[in-house]
Amino acid sequence: MKKGSIVGASVPRKEGRGKVTGQARYVDDMVLPGMLYGATVRSRLPRGKIKKFNFGPGINWNEFVVVSPEDIPGKNCIALLDEDQPCLADGIANHPEEPLLLLAHADRHVFPKAVEAVSVEYDPLPAIFSMEESERLSQIIWGADNTFESFVIEKGDVDAVWENADHIVEGEYTTGAQEHLYIENNGMIAAFDQRQGLTVWGSLQCPFYVHKALMKLCDLPADRVRVVQMETGGAFGGKEEYPSMIAAHAALLAIKSGKPVKIIYDRMEDMAATTKRHPSRTRHRTAVSKDGSILGGEIEFTLDGGAYKTLSPVVLSRGAIHAGGPYYWPSIRIRARAVATNAPPHGAFRGFGAPQSLFALERHMDRIAHAVGLSSVEIRRRNLLKPGQTTTTGQVVREEINLGKLLDRALELSDYYAKKEKFAAENQQGRQKKGIGIAAFLHGAGFTGSGERYLGSVVGVEAGADGSVRILVSSTEFGQGTKTALCQIVAEALGLRYEDVGIAQPDTKEVPNSGPTVASRTVMVVGKLVQSAAAGIKQTLTARGMLGDSYSPEEFRAACRAYVAEHGKFRCLARYEQPDDVAWDEKEHRGSAYAAFAWAVYVAEVSVDLATYSVSVDDFVALQEVGKVLHPVLASGQIIGGVAQAIGFALYEKVIWEKGRMQNGQMTNYIMPTSADLPAIRVYFEELGNVHGAYGAKGIGELPMDGPAPAILNAIEDALDVPFNSIPLLPEDIFDALAERAAPESAIPLARGKP
Amino acid sequence: MSESPQPVAKCEISLTVNGQVVTVCVHAMDRLLDVLRHELGLAGTKEGCGEGECGSCSVLMDGMLVNSCLIPALQASGTNIVTIEGLASDGRLRVLQQAFLECGGAQCGICTPGMILAAHHLLRKNPQPTVEEIREGLSGNLCRCTGYMQIFEAVAEAGRREATT
Repeated sequence: MKKGSIVGASVPRKEGRGKVTGQARYVDDMVLPGMLYGATVRSRLPRGKIKKFNFGPGINWNEFVVVSPEDIPGKNCIALLDEDQPCLADGIANHPEEPLLLLAHADRHVFPKAVEAVSVEYDPLPAIFSMEESERLSQIIWGADNTFESFVIEKGDVDAVWENADHIVEGEYTTGAQEHLYIENNGMIAAFDQRQGLTVWGSLQCPFYVHKALMKLCDLPADRVRVVQMETGGAFGGKEEYPSMIAAHAALLAIKSGKPVKIIYDRMEDMAATTKRHPSRTRHRTAVSKDGSILGGEIEFTLDGGAYKTLSPVVLSRGAIHAGGPYYWPSIRIRARAVATNAPPHGAFRGFGAPQSLFALERHMDRIAHAVGLSSVEIRRRNLLKPGQTTTTGQVVREEINLGKLLDRALELSDYYAKKEKFAAENQQGRQKKGIGIAAFLHGAGFTGSGERYLGSVVGVEAGADGSVRILVSSTEFGQGTKTALCQIVAEALGLRYEDVGIAQPDTKEVPNSGPTVASRTVMVVGKLVQSAAAGIKQTLTARGMLGDSYSPEEFRAACRAYVAEHGKFRCLARYEQPDDVAWDEKEHRGSAYAAFAWAVYVAEVSVDLATYSVSVDDFVALQEVGKVLHPVLASGQIIGGVAQAIGFALYEKVIWEKGRMQNGQMTNYIMPTSADLPAIRVYFEELGNVHGAYGAKGIGELPMDGPAPAILNAIEDALDVPFNSIPLLPEDIFDALAERAAPESAIPLARGKP
Repeated sequence: MSESPQPVAKCEISLTVNGQVVTVCVHAMDRLLDVLRHELGLAGTKEGCGEGECGSCSVLMDGMLVNSCLIPALQASGTNIVTIEGLASDGRLRVLQQAFLECGGAQCGICTPGMILAAHHLLRKNPQPTVEEIREGLSGNLCRCTGYMQIFEAVAEAGRREATT
């Protein structure tokens, strides 16, 4: 097979056939003999001391298995970064979806009624629902000061820049919670027996996160807990943390009942109780010279973490590191803080803090442009990072990236200048106001700083007795193409056909821990490791003279067969080693935050209808540099899907909160984009290549979440000449702002009352 | 969400599923979705929202595209149902399924069975739809992964291939 023909080709998705025929098996499709169904009794108060449970009349409670905190064999926690989140509230409930008790029954139809029939007596405690209340310490609900994490990133002497600045530009920007809305709800099945221990099957991203949580909760050794990923129907970060909770619940019911237990959330429970994107508030104060050069700035980046720590410190870290964007800051101070509120914990979601801080920055760049009197394009061009310069953490840009050229190409692809002029002329009349906006941004691939070193991921490639090759990783497929891309890499490395390489289903008993499937790390970090492991297989065979320098797939197969026949087993492992140029001081947040960045410039074209106040995105250009594109169809699919999700983040998806509880946990009233709502999303790649990833690939999955929201709001400002700095931006918000502009001082009969 | 059926006697209904006549004993108000998944073991039909919003449970009932989570079992009695399992015969993919594979129309796969049935239904009515007609025809089926563009391509491509064979 010709070298270079598999990497870069759009081969069929490995598990695609099962998906298009309906044969793919998801957790709810699995039925075990004697299986019970489980359900969760949740708090109905945002915060309170639990006094007593009452099991109401009309239900034969003898038929139920009931689990309470006393039934937990190990520690009552969902172990993650910290162990602050209980599996079942023990005495105090800290948010209105907190699990209190678990029920199991053989008939799934009994549940809505049975769960409702359990009432809870509380002593209510005062609760807090906003970042501002949490910062004021009006109640201490977590730790000593409601703070999960706070830190400062500092570069240069920012205090010295204000005096000589020609302009000081300030702004505040906020983003709301966003629900992942994977179409497959969360679900788990657990089974326990004394001999084999505990096994769970489920919809999940990170098998070893679940494994770790179950060991702690059930007080079981590693070899007595087994976690198997089923086909997973979308995740987007939403199946990074919470699956450990559901697995824990199913496990407790299975241990107590002695039977397999399935827990499948319905849509409302999934939306209300599981994690969502952290709401954020970002304040900017920037010193700028009259020619538009950024001299320095202060950024205050705050996240609402909800009731428990979960992953908030890590989300905060990525958000803060991305807060300076793809620009050169001679000096900067970024103060970052994640605070507690009495809402369900917020968590990982594609982009992981970066969409929040980059929304703020890219809106703020347009504000700076207005203040200085430059165009949106020029203000960016004058400040874009160049090779050899340093990022906000002091990381030297080593890649030969030319962001000015990337910007020019995006402007050309979107016909930016012609449209800008045309819209300005046409907007003089008519009810459709059109605008065009840009956003420039970056996204770090892989874990932040030393994260990859701590993980020390291990992968395996093995040859079977029949000579077939199989990849062993805990990296999961949930639509993004993990299986396909990793098989491409190994086929390329071994000179085999794509069809010759298989990949094991993630099962903690069968595969090494290649780390969680998050942070756009799979292709870049895990991909590089499977490439090394594959090279190990080849070297072993050639070193023993079992394989020549050139060979056919059949010869390779025969050599593997011979090796296995002789040695019984043929497996090569590869473990991550940190590259020398990735040095990170995690206390000071200084150094090389990421092994590589993906870079992008997006352009959005919108029209706003002044009769309905609705916004439609009419055209969207997504241009990015992501290193080598291993699979053009999958890569484009990631970008288009991410842009669509980010259009939802900007314009549609609003979580309505009432005392810490989501009020619109249905697809009928939490609105995501349909096929009729989206523009043609036009995807373009630059390919620079990268030394750290397999065949030069970098991370790609999260990048497209970062840029669309600010590009769209910049376009809306271009159309209406009104700045909006908060998302989601709904028609009623536009109505309010325009009504206010029409009559700023007087009471406006037409305007709706503001809350 | 599965609604709790009233404690009434079950009834026997017969329907044709993927060409085979089947008889099941169910509550009259059980959802067709549950009849297919639980009684008949046809797990290819997926539940996404349980309220007719997402289209993941789409099947054809007497040639019409329906959300099987909204069809009571009794209403399905005597009808002709086609599910995703009924599309590919003898293990050979249909042109439409092959196009979904090649164009990137399936990512996580959970909306895919319903999406393919909706696209199949569209192509039967309109063998060579425009992109606007595809957008409209699939607007009852939500996909969170793809942003739809590659699904549109798959449907258009399937239309073209069918026309030339």
